[in-house]
Amino acid sequence: MFVPSTEELKLRIESAIPGARAEVTDLTGGGDHFRASVLAPEFAGMSRIEQHRRVYAVFGPDIGGPIHALSLETRAE
Amino acid sequence: MSETTENPIREAIADAINDHEVILFMKGTPERPACGFSARTVAALEATGARFAAVDILPDPRIRQELSALSNWPTIPQLFVKGELVGGCDIVVEMYETGELAEALGVEQPAEAAEPAADAPLSIENRLN
Repeated sequence: MFVPSTEELKLRIESAIPGARAEVTDLTGGGDHFRASVLAPEFAGMSRIEQHRRVYAVFGPDIGGPIHALSLETRAE
Repeated sequence: MSETTENPIREAIADAINDHEVILFMKGTPERPACGFSARTVAALEATGARFAAVDILPDPRIRQELSALSNWPTIPQLFVKGELVGGCDIVVEMYETGELAEALGVEQPAEAAEPAADAPLSIENRLN
C-alpha cells in the first residue's frame, strides 16, 4: 500500500492522463485528504462528472483506501 | 466479485434513487453531517430551497460499497437527481455557485443566498435508513 504524498498524486495524474498538468495540495497535512486541480486537453467535450471520474480512475481502490478524500477541480485546456 | 441479481442492498439503493427525485447519500444526517464534504453539500442543497431525501451511508459499510459499484463514483457524498448522478461535493458546490444547481433541481435559487448557509432551514422530504 502506498503512502500518498502530493508529489506522488501529481505524478500519477500527469503520467496517466496525456498532457495533464496537476496541482495537488494536502488539505489537512495528514497525508490522506487532498485537493487536486487538473488541466487536461482530453477533458474538452467531457462533462464535469466524466472529468472527475477520469481522475478518480487513476487511483482506483486507493480512493477510499489510503486516499480518504480527493477534492477535484478539473478543466479542459 | 460476480454480478448477481440477488443483491438486496444494491436493489434497495437503486429503488431509493428511482423513487426520489432528489436524493443525497452522505455521511451522517443533514442535521448532523459526519464529514465536512457532506456538510458542504447539504448546505448548498439547503440554500437552493429544494427538497431532498437523504441517506446516511455510515451505519453499514455495504451501503457505500454497493452505492459506489452502482454509480461508478468512489467518494461520498453523492447527489442524484431524477435517477442520475449529478456529482459529489465539488461538483454540487460549483453548480450552486454558478446557479446550475437550482436549475437542475427545478427551483428558483433565493436571490439573497450568496453563500450556502450552514444553518439554513431544513427541508427534508424523506429520510431513509
